[in-house]
Amino acid sequence: MAAARTEQSERDVRQGFNVTTYLIRRILYAIPILIGVNLITFALFFFVNSPDDMARLALGGKRVTEEAVERWKRDKGYDKPHFFNAQEQGHARFTNTIFFSKSASMFVFDFGVSDDGRDIGTEIRTRMWPSLAIAVPTFLVGLAFYITFALILAFFRATYVDVSGVVACVVAMSISSLFYIIGGQYLISKLWHLVPISGFDYGVDALKFLVLPVAIGIVSSIGANTRWYRTIFIEEINKDYVRTARAKGLSEARILFRHVLHNAMIPILTGVVVIIPSLFLGSLIMESFFSIPGLGSYTIEAINNQDYSVVRAMVFLGSVLYIIGLILTDIAYTLVDPRVRLD
Amino acid sequence: MPFKPVILWTDALLFLLLSAAIGFWLHMRSRPHLLQPWRNLLQSRQAMGSLVFLAFFIAVGLVDSLHFRPRLSQPDATQESRYAVQTLSLLDVLVGPLRTQTEKTYSAPLATHLFAKETVELPGGGRLRTYPRLTYGGAHLANPRTDWLPDVLRLTAAGLGFGVILWNALALLVTGVLARRTGREFGQTWRAILHQREPVPWRTILISTAVIMLLLAPLAVLATRYHVLGTDKVGQDVFYLTLKSIRTGLLIATLATLVMLPLATALGIMAGYFGGWVDDAIQYIYTTLNSIPGVLLIAASVLMIQVYMATHPELFDTIEQRQDLRLLFLCLILGVTSWTGLCRLLRGEALKLREQEYVQAAHAFGVSHLRVISRHILPNVMHIIVIAVALDFSVLVLAEAVLSYVGVGVDPTMTSFGNMINAARLEMARDPMVWWSLASAFAFMLVMVLSANLFADALRDAFDPRITVASRAKA
Repeated sequence: MAAARTEQSERDVRQGFNVTTYLIRRILYAIPILIGVNLITFALFFFVNSPDDMARLALGGKRVTEEAVERWKRDKGYDKPHFFNAQEQGHARFTNTIFFSKSASMFVFDFGVSDDGRDIGTEIRTRMWPSLAIAVPTFLVGLAFYITFALILAFFRATYVDVSGVVACVVAMSISSLFYIIGGQYLISKLWHLVPISGFDYGVDALKFLVLPVAIGIVSSIGANTRWYRTIFIEEINKDYVRTARAKGLSEARILFRHVLHNAMIPILTGVVVIIPSLFLGSLIMESFFSIPGLGSYTIEAINNQDYSVVRAMVFLGSVLYIIGLILTDIAYTLVDPRVRLD
Repeated sequence: MPFKPVILWTDALLFLLLSAAIGFWLHMRSRPHLLQPWRNLLQSRQAMGSLVFLAFFIAVGLVDSLHFRPRLSQPDATQESRYAVQTLSLLDVLVGPLRTQTEKTYSAPLATHLFAKETVELPGGGRLRTYPRLTYGGAHLANPRTDWLPDVLRLTAAGLGFGVILWNALALLVTGVLARRTGREFGQTWRAILHQREPVPWRTILISTAVIMLLLAPLAVLATRYHVLGTDKVGQDVFYLTLKSIRTGLLIATLATLVMLPLATALGIMAGYFGGWVDDAIQYIYTTLNSIPGVLLIAASVLMIQVYMATHPELFDTIEQRQDLRLLFLCLILGVTSWTGLCRLLRGEALKLREQEYVQAAHAFGVSHLRVISRHILPNVMHIIVIAVALDFSVLVLAEAVLSYVGVGVDPTMTSFGNMINAARLEMARDPMVWWSLASAFAFMLVMVLSANLFADALRDAFDPRITVASRAKA
């Protein structure tokens, strides 16, 4: 008994050690990817168009004086060489360049300032809360809804309930998300006056602003998600262990909710965990339709105002969050699936 | 020549894609094993029913892709011919008055009066604030109040009758041809069609055609006298704008695929087949691209293209060419950002196929890598490619609307579903509401995407080897 326990704890220690080394390796693997992302954005923003072109467009038209262009570039810090500054001494040869000051600095989450002179990092920290207030409930409540619907369809598989459910899903998938938002705002806010049409407030008051976007967010992706989870369940139901369970005389409901649901968690987790960190970014169209001061509307404003530093920062942040999501997915795998070993 | 043909970039690519599809079909015709899944598809009711609707949209898009510049009329024949600045398409000619008969501003579907009140000068002096009559919509009615309803009903009935006649002619033609080919009697063939005893579900095809004809024929007949779906802010006919939007959606969906396919296929198969450092390099590329959120990468690229096009005005002469160039760039960007999913699938499949005995045998016989890939790997991953293309179609049509809303879609002056919806946002805030452009965009887009989705589903069922085996086991 005691021997068994030491063996168990020894395995735990070994597993824990494995997880740490594995994590370190994954994080190291993320570094070249982030460097790649950084180089792509750098090339996109500084090689496709020269800073001179961007200055001319920002200042308006062709009749812009050379001094104005130079001043614009100096204000933005775009008047330096790309990678290597021959006029400087020592390490300033590399640090006093566009790449170092605009792109490399993002690795320490120094995003610089936006066109209206505000610090992008601070802006992101204050704007992520409204984004999360919409994205987290949409994600959690939505997940519960989709899985429930999918289980119902899987339970009634190959009957009229299932077939009409799948048809309804395909129709729901074929409607642009814009129509869900416009329709929802019109019906609930304009016609029935249940909640305000758009806006945001902090604290308890936020609730009345949040209900509609969250509900629309859930409804607009109900078709694709329900169908996706249904496919996972159906695939799981066709496996041998389900037949064994049935042969043992278990009820269909018990098989579905205990056996199938548990085993389906593995494919579900792959799709779900990876997007959790990206919830920070919020949804572009949702936030702009409902005027929610989150990161999504921040990005849209930046796109419309052609504020390149903000767009660059969001691209980098988005990739960091995605890579965190990938690492989290791997960890979640080992937690739910004892067969997966990290080596 | 009365006109000068204009081949826009996207037109050329669309027709290139069409000829590639025809070439693909000719290549397969002599290979029955490749043809088998397509034969399954041909016998699927869902596929054929949705294909009829899809064919309608594709036809409109193709007709709208034949561009030309009409010759300006000039009194002196000796002069060198001059052509209009405006580029028209064959569709513009076919719909004729719809394009040119513009009203002053908004008018409701089938309306005879403008949507907004205006001050009108009365013939006997004095002014009146009223809803003025439309210049074209219902202009033939002497007294709209009493004549309007009977006239609309008469035209609808005429349209329906026209549709029924057309459909009957088509049904007779199909039955006649089928009867000749099978050598049966006409009545017998008709009953076979009616009871779905033919291998090809002709009844489903004919029903879908009937639905399209009975909807379109009244619309077309009414459109000769009225603005069937109303007019927009600058008085353009909404029905015309909707028809024009079809081409934009279709182009985005197909051209982005054209960019994505070679990238995904070549890189995916190479990664799986060669393995080693090739695999590592390709995996690194797609993980990096994949880690950037799609919308943001598209937004960043489109922003840069905007700057590029603003600083290089020499690339285009007319507005149509500018719109076209931007559309082309957008397709390019969408293609570059969307190849990673298919690439990963193909890599996995090629990894498995590499270990198959017939590939090993080919290696042992000294067959070159290129030949092994083209003879043994590519045909065996074809089903994955076909399914991915079909599934992407509807996703891309929907993406266009969202991107145009965000401001990184097609040119704001181009007619597209996204721009129509975008404009409709402000119209919804008016009181009373201007609902018709949104409703038309909604209806046409829904039918287009839904038929694409249904077709893609049927295609997947026909091509997915797992499903085919399962259904065979059931039967």
